[in-house]
Amino acid sequence: MTTTESGSSDPDQRNRSLPVIENFSRRAAVKGAFATLGAGAFVAAVSPLRQASKNSSAAEFLQTHYTELSPEQKEGVLARLEAEAKEEYDADVTIADDRPIPGTKFVYAINLSVCNGNGKCVEACHKENNHDRDTNQSYIRVLEMPKGTLDMEQGTTSYSGVVPKGDKFYLPVQCQQCDEPPCVDVCPVKATWKEEDGIVVVDYNWCIGCRYCEAACPYHARRFNWKKPEVPADEVNPDQSYLSNRIRPTGVVEKCTYCLHRTRRGRLPACLEACPTGARVFGNILDPSSNIRWILENKRVYILKEELGTKPAFFYYFD
Amino acid sequence: MSSITAATENRSHVSSYPKFIGRSLWLATEGSFAFYAWMTMLTAVFLVGANAWANQVAGGMIGTNMTDQVSWGLYIANFTFMVGLAAGGVMMVIPAYLYHDRKMHDVVIIGELLAIAAIVMCLMFVVADLGRPDRFWHLFPIIGKFNFPISMLTWDVIVLNGYLLLNLHICGYLLYMRFLGREPNPAWYIPFVMVSIVWAISIHTVTAFLYCGLGGRPFWNTALLAPRFLASAFVSGPAFIIVAMVLIKKLAGVGGLDQPIATLTKIIRVTILVNLLMVASELFTEFYTGGSHVSAAKYLFFGLHGKTALVPWTWTAIGLNVTAALLFLWPGLLQFRRRPLLIAACCMAFVGAWIEKGMGLIIPGFVPSTLHEIVEYIPSQLEWKVTVGIWAFGLMIFTIAIKTALPTLKQPADR
Repeated sequence: MTTTESGSSDPDQRNRSLPVIENFSRRAAVKGAFATLGAGAFVAAVSPLRQASKNSSAAEFLQTHYTELSPEQKEGVLARLEAEAKEEYDADVTIADDRPIPGTKFVYAINLSVCNGNGKCVEACHKENNHDRDTNQSYIRVLEMPKGTLDMEQGTTSYSGVVPKGDKFYLPVQCQQCDEPPCVDVCPVKATWKEEDGIVVVDYNWCIGCRYCEAACPYHARRFNWKKPEVPADEVNPDQSYLSNRIRPTGVVEKCTYCLHRTRRGRLPACLEACPTGARVFGNILDPSSNIRWILENKRVYILKEELGTKPAFFYYFD
Repeated sequence: MSSITAATENRSHVSSYPKFIGRSLWLATEGSFAFYAWMTMLTAVFLVGANAWANQVAGGMIGTNMTDQVSWGLYIANFTFMVGLAAGGVMMVIPAYLYHDRKMHDVVIIGELLAIAAIVMCLMFVVADLGRPDRFWHLFPIIGKFNFPISMLTWDVIVLNGYLLLNLHICGYLLYMRFLGREPNPAWYIPFVMVSIVWAISIHTVTAFLYCGLGGRPFWNTALLAPRFLASAFVSGPAFIIVAMVLIKKLAGVGGLDQPIATLTKIIRVTILVNLLMVASELFTEFYTGGSHVSAAKYLFFGLHGKTALVPWTWTAIGLNVTAALLFLWPGLLQFRRRPLLIAACCMAFVGAWIEKGMGLIIPGFVPSTLHEIVEYIPSQLEWKVTVGIWAFGLMIFTIAIKTALPTLKQPADR
């Protein structure tokens, strides 16, 4: 036994409150056996994790944040994601890395006098963004509201029958791409941020799935992948982007990106193109000759939940 | 010469600390048949929970009943409650160290050990709630991307882990000194105890700030949330400790617990009323004002548009809390022969606080949703399994910790 200068020799002997152990080695063996049994049972209990780990590669596990990827790393990541889409969905897809166009700030407006609640935008979003077919997911929800109020409490998202109904108007809601986005503030790992063209994006490979952003968003704009999205191979939209419509991994949050894989390439969002009424207007607010600029300057527009100070880049107006 | 002493002492720590750990583990796994039965039962329940969680990770969180509308459920409800339980232990520390209550001082380690077990459970509930637990490392400062100080969740990571380390240090140091047979040096633990008192308040304040800072959730968006959390924590924490102390006295024959039990009973007598007052104040503001701001409270207490899933929960909580409050107000509850009634009152207060903070606070924050849809939530079987599993694990930690500390409790040192 070691003897120290402080004089405390064997602590075991000094501590008389501790019980005297008989049959030490036998008891130790029994305890060891039970500990081993417990550990074995634990390994068996969590064995489903092995199945889960098969679906995720070391490269995915070690991937750094989107903003920290070097161009070479990014290329590798995109190639890996394309290969995964082939393997898991049997679809040949191209995943691009669309960056904001300098001098662009995207803004959306909807004419509520024109919108008739037909829901084509909801459907177009569903297809364009490779949403899970099972849950019929979409980034857009349309509220059927009684005329004479803007109180959402009186609206419903589960309307049916022939539209438009005479005493109703229709309010489509999707991500408002706020200038003060509460969802970005609350994210503990900076997996979501606002880009220079105003679009709030998510790095699906960095999100930890805590869903704090879902709690923080006042517009129900965010969706969580409660299960692996199911999309038949022939229905997969192959024209994809890393930060937008690539098929999302399980357990992460996603949201409307103003179809950045289209809009950053000079096209219009899918929901706008699908709208048969022409209620939707989209464009670059920094372009003085744009339609959207004319509307914001000449129509009496309003924003949803202005009192929350989120400063949406999404406007509504009546004719 | 002094440097040589230090070196020798360090070497002795290197050899005696593992011995201390080993001895503690040995001691913690010694016990009666009932003890082994209790631990086996907890292990079995924990394994069921671990298996359910593994299935959740493998199959996606579709196995829970959470939705995009109600995106937090039983896990975050329990997390919130456990933070309160961890903070509640401070109601032993304050009398012991700030008011020099000697009797409380002798057994204060029970509260600190409870804090350790509760924080471990908190961290487990957070991990259970993550869609991607494999990416947990993204939360670590430096190697991950830590959104500090903007995200309140990063503050919570700091205060919870800090509180865990503080209590591990305080308990570990005192038990180790006891093992060495040395007098604990106050310089090595008193400052940490003082910090832990402030820290205990901070963990529950920050946890309330997680919710009350969200402008889009009117039900949570109230300045009263943090004080309410603290008040109910100072009910549930002492209530748990009272029951634990009665059991420790009975099962392990530890003396000197009656006076601390009386002190904690008197504390609950005040905190349970403060909590009820705050709930009443909140409800008055909601219902007298009216408007759409009140729809979550309406849903919680009376149901909304025919949806009433939370109504039985909340009235159960109100019933338990009011009954417990009346019992605690009654001086007769302190009499020794009414111990069973005291335990019943503690259990009622504990369950009441659990419902109030979970099913009665986290869930109605999501109903109606921000687009005023009413999607109801009742936990799934998988969620219950994981939750009960984590509780079993927490009780295992607490049992082992208390067993390790029993020699200290049986022979209160003269400090």
